[in-house]
Amino acid sequence: MNLDIPDFALVVLIGASGSGKSTFAAKHFMPTEVISSDRARGWVSDDETDQSVSADAFELVRAVAEKRLKHRRLTVIDATNVRPADRKAWIDIARRWHALPVAVVIDPGISVCVARNQGRPDRPFGASVIQRMASEIRRGLRGLQREGFRQVWTLESEAQVDAAQVIRTPLWTDKREDAGPFDIIGDVHGCATELEVLLTKLGYEVIWGETLGERSVVVTPPEGRKAVFLGDLVDRGPNSPDCLRIAMSMVAAGSGYCVQGNHERKFGRWLEGRKVTIAHGLQQTIDQYELADRGFKETVKPFVEGLRSHLWLDGGRLAVAHAGLKAEMIGRGSGAVREFALYGETTGEIDQFGLPVRADWAANYRGETTVVYGHTPVPEAQWVNNTLCIDTGCVFGGKLTALRWPERELVDVPALEVWCEPTRPLVPVGDARTAQIEADKLLDMEDVSGRRWIDTTLRGRVVVAEENAAAALEVMSRFALPPQWLAYLPPTMSPCETSTLEGWLERPEEAFAYYRKHGVDTVVCEEKHMGSRAVIALCRNEGTARERFDAAAGETGAVWTRTGRSFFNSTDMTEALLSRLRTVVDAAGLWDELASDWLLLDAEIMPWSAKASALIDAQYAPVAAASRAGLSAASAALARAHARGVPSGDLAARFTERLDRAKLYARAWEPYVWPVSGVDDLRVAPFHLLASEAQVWFDKDHLWHMGIADRLAATGQSVVAPTRWKLLDLSDAEACTATANWWETLTGTGGEGMVVKPRDFIFRGPKGLIQPALKVRGRAYLRIIYGPEYDAPEHLARLRERGLTGKRNLALREFALGHEALRRFVAREPLRRVHECVFAVLAMESEPIDPRL
Amino acid sequence: MFLSISTTHHPATDLGFLLHKHPERVHETELPFGKAIVFYPQAEDTRCEAALVLDIDPIGLVRGKGRAEGLLDAYVNDRPYAASSFLSVAMGRALRTAMSGASRERQEIAETDIPLEVIVTPLPARGGVRLVHELFEPLGWFVETTPVEDGDALTGRTPNYVSLKLTGVARLQSLLNHLYVLIPVLDDDKHYWVGDDEVEKLLRRGEGWLDSHPARDLIVRRYLIHRRALARDALERLAPETRNEAQAPDARLTPEAAIEAPLRLNDQRLDSVAEALRASGARAIADLGCGEGKLLQRLVRERWVERLIGVDAAARDLEWASKRLKLDVAGAPPEGRVTLLHGGITYRDKRWEDVDAVALVEVIEHLDAERLPTLEKIVFGAARPKTVIVTTPNADYNVLFPNLAMGAFRHPDHRFEWTRAQFEGWANSVGLAHGYSVTFSGVGAQDAAHGAPTQMAVFAKVSTT
Repeated sequence: MNLDIPDFALVVLIGASGSGKSTFAAKHFMPTEVISSDRARGWVSDDETDQSVSADAFELVRAVAEKRLKHRRLTVIDATNVRPADRKAWIDIARRWHALPVAVVIDPGISVCVARNQGRPDRPFGASVIQRMASEIRRGLRGLQREGFRQVWTLESEAQVDAAQVIRTPLWTDKREDAGPFDIIGDVHGCATELEVLLTKLGYEVIWGETLGERSVVVTPPEGRKAVFLGDLVDRGPNSPDCLRIAMSMVAAGSGYCVQGNHERKFGRWLEGRKVTIAHGLQQTIDQYELADRGFKETVKPFVEGLRSHLWLDGGRLAVAHAGLKAEMIGRGSGAVREFALYGETTGEIDQFGLPVRADWAANYRGETTVVYGHTPVPEAQWVNNTLCIDTGCVFGGKLTALRWPERELVDVPALEVWCEPTRPLVPVGDARTAQIEADKLLDMEDVSGRRWIDTTLRGRVVVAEENAAAALEVMSRFALPPQWLAYLPPTMSPCETSTLEGWLERPEEAFAYYRKHGVDTVVCEEKHMGSRAVIALCRNEGTARERFDAAAGETGAVWTRTGRSFFNSTDMTEALLSRLRTVVDAAGLWDELASDWLLLDAEIMPWSAKASALIDAQYAPVAAASRAGLSAASAALARAHARGVPSGDLAARFTERLDRAKLYARAWEPYVWPVSGVDDLRVAPFHLLASEAQVWFDKDHLWHMGIADRLAATGQSVVAPTRWKLLDLSDAEACTATANWWETLTGTGGEGMVVKPRDFIFRGPKGLIQPALKVRGRAYLRIIYGPEYDAPEHLARLRERGLTGKRNLALREFALGHEALRRFVAREPLRRVHECVFAVLAMESEPIDPRL
Repeated sequence: MFLSISTTHHPATDLGFLLHKHPERVHETELPFGKAIVFYPQAEDTRCEAALVLDIDPIGLVRGKGRAEGLLDAYVNDRPYAASSFLSVAMGRALRTAMSGASRERQEIAETDIPLEVIVTPLPARGGVRLVHELFEPLGWFVETTPVEDGDALTGRTPNYVSLKLTGVARLQSLLNHLYVLIPVLDDDKHYWVGDDEVEKLLRRGEGWLDSHPARDLIVRRYLIHRRALARDALERLAPETRNEAQAPDARLTPEAAIEAPLRLNDQRLDSVAEALRASGARAIADLGCGEGKLLQRLVRERWVERLIGVDAAARDLEWASKRLKLDVAGAPPEGRVTLLHGGITYRDKRWEDVDAVALVEVIEHLDAERLPTLEKIVFGAARPKTVIVTTPNADYNVLFPNLAMGAFRHPDHRFEWTRAQFEGWANSVGLAHGYSVTFSGVGAQDAAHGAPTQMAVFAKVSTT
């Protein structure tokens, strides 16, 4: 006998002790697929026959079974499962995970079981026990279907058991091997003419004719394409039979699929002769059906009854169902799956039009599989969390919409007339913002917490440790801007390797050497402004900010820090700066050139003191004051001792040197500090144009980016500070020396340092992605962060021992995450997909890495 | 950091005998964190001055430290330069014998009050210059302080250091012990772990002067870095009769609590919230923004409560809450009765959504106003518990707080404080949008014109069946 079972099922073996269940299981299933109650008894008690631990053993079996089913794995329960009560647990579990429960009864005869048990010293069951088991099983046989088993296989002799073959068949809904391409068509509701127009527009040829004197149709698709009907072909509209004829002929020809809609379900029940309430346009279908040919009437019934709840297509990337499907139901089978696919989910409440209030399953959808569905008429098809409803209410005078897959193009044709007055008017609810923005209003803890794996385009899978994610939560939830703004956080940047030249910690030569070593020919060297890093989202107007960033209170952009906090405490300051920057972008003509009404800029905002005055007051200034006071008292006293002839070696000289360094410290931040009384005192130095509508500009090289920066500065508006930069050919030794000298001059006159970048924004060496930028900081700046006396030779020697590996690794991961955030943002992916990347950047920053690097 | 001690006792060079350091040499003492250098800038019969300079290794100090903090302040700080517990430790090592009051050659002078002058610079004066006077003057010192000005201070705020000069007539040992104790007290910090032996040290160094010092309690608290148990122990041993006064204020007192303290407002608030929850018939309650778990602690002893969930974004607050609720010890509430969740209230969280009631006690004002709609959607839109209780400061009342500047908020992290009209306007519109009826009340003493210090809204879901 061939046991033809679904490839995703919960197979429950039923048989007395000694019937050969384990042998059967081992023969037909993988060891990992079989969960044996005997083995579970062994795990908990070291004795597979210890009946006293059965309760605990079965708890284990159930737990393992649930985990396997959750991961959509065929599972075999190897236990006697003698009584209906034993089997009920498995039916419940199968339902919970939408797996088909399959019963396999193994009954080679009582004598065989008894003989086998006698041959096994560890099974002390008497013949009477076996007898009782077997008869109980046999009594229950007839009821197995009723208990809920969707398939029952009975093997009634040793020979049958030996001859049995298990064949696994994909579920009917599982058409993953069919990669399309597809044209998915929304609710037609008898609008046959519109359907024909739409098919024609999609490139299908629709030819009506007569076969054996009855109306027939042949639809020829464009090469290789297939139509997918989302159900609700019938009811309400003028010509349901023709819609069915088209779908039926295409399904029969293998050039189409059709899932069942709730209207087909009801029509089918009427066809079966059941008592149904005739409403919601069923009457029209019945009337049209009565007039149809006999051949149509004969074929339509099996067609409607045979329709599937949903289809899983294209390698698992796509699922279609009439009313949608939750992620955990796709490619599975149960009554719940069918009900959901047909009717969707409702809250149980009734709205003002007397229609059920729909629960917004799509807003909570988190699956990888795209779900395309219909059922609920909407004015426009809109993507929400990787789901799309394409019922655009044709029969109500809307339009008939199709989705081309994998192109993801929408194709529609208008309704010829209002065939049926809608109960609920077909107008947009609320304002005109997209459904995705509405769905994005709520992010879930699950979107950011726990250990996370984020697939990035630049660096593959990036792992975020659970504790790092936890560390970022407080900042993100209490201090950061709303996630709708935060499309990006900048990555950390590594310094160059430590210089070996006496007196220096960092020098440009090391940065040049790094890039040369990794195969970079040309680098861009940019002046590093000493301000505070800022990401600026600049919108052309309020409307753009509202549409693109869900700005709620009339903002026209946002400015945020490396940790996602608003750069300024007051909205007025932010808006004042944005307004000035807008003038600059207007003048540079960037809006039209980039075909975008918003820009995301990576910039430095000066002065440093605008953000850091509290830090200076609390940390740096006290160090300056304390070091000077203490060291000048000490050095004066030592000088006095020295003067009166106390032999003190070089102590006095050493303390004078220390005092000199302390004095330098107090001056170190002088160039970076000026009073800010208003927006006019701020300077912005942009250096990357990160993104604009539909574009992440990481594909442009840094010449392009600095070209934009130059153009913004060239508008002559004082708010933009120019950035000096140089293009450097690394093979030109003279040019390298000149650039190093340029750096010395920069840093000798108050500059923080410079940033060296490969000419290309994204550069891959033979071993993959390399550092997108290295900073080379000047002595004066390093003094601020390493302390007044860092460059004393005895200190510098120790400071040189700094490891950069961790920092560089982090820089690359954050770079990839930042890019990924932008890529998803411009692709208008759900906010949680953008936010998880941005959150991950912040989480990475909680890695314990020397912050002076 | 620099300390100098001089005397005009004749012959002044006897100071060398008292300190056990020859005036014509430089004396270096190795310390775990650097070197103490003692030398004499002046050594004449009429005046002799000994200086102690600490040469702390600034790189060694931060090496291997601060990694976990991830903050720059761990790396650049005033510790190598400012007078602090480092100086006390250095005195204890370099001037050990003098501190014990012994002198091999001049014991009689060691036991005599002699004219002394001391300079300490830079001395952190946390608590202000007045405190410096209040600490040293009762001990008989004439105190002069000169602020350490940062001539190049560009941000306008002068750092809190002074150069301290003490003059007086005393035994050298007394002076050294005064400095040993009071320098770290003024710095209000210790560079090492403070344990039980620190109490012994304090009692030994404070013998004969600390028990009668008017600022005794402050000295004890600060010296023992605000560890309450240690401070209580020390104070009891110093002056057993003052046991009741030994109740030091909570070192972890929030600024808000300090302002509101006289009202014991927090307790009244928790009582009001607990009563409102009980009246609503709630059995399962989520306390969003539970902080250190004060409300949970108030509720956990109520028999009508079946399940408590505390949610907070600050992991360390949850640790405190766990301690407060004794969740990890034997005799803890039964498993499942109290759950603490690390979660942000701007994220939807299914882990607590099924409760009957949500409490937001003094939470909304810690959220930027622009994030409030998200919180509303999560609580009133998605979770939809039967009851929601929100409390927040009543800004109308702020004028009645004597310690609160006009227009200031009660806590630096408050993003807003609402008047009664603002709060009621917000709550009513939320109620309307989500199908909740709202009742308002005040918590704390009612003022006829300005209402109660805290305002409370109880939202009850309007039944839709």
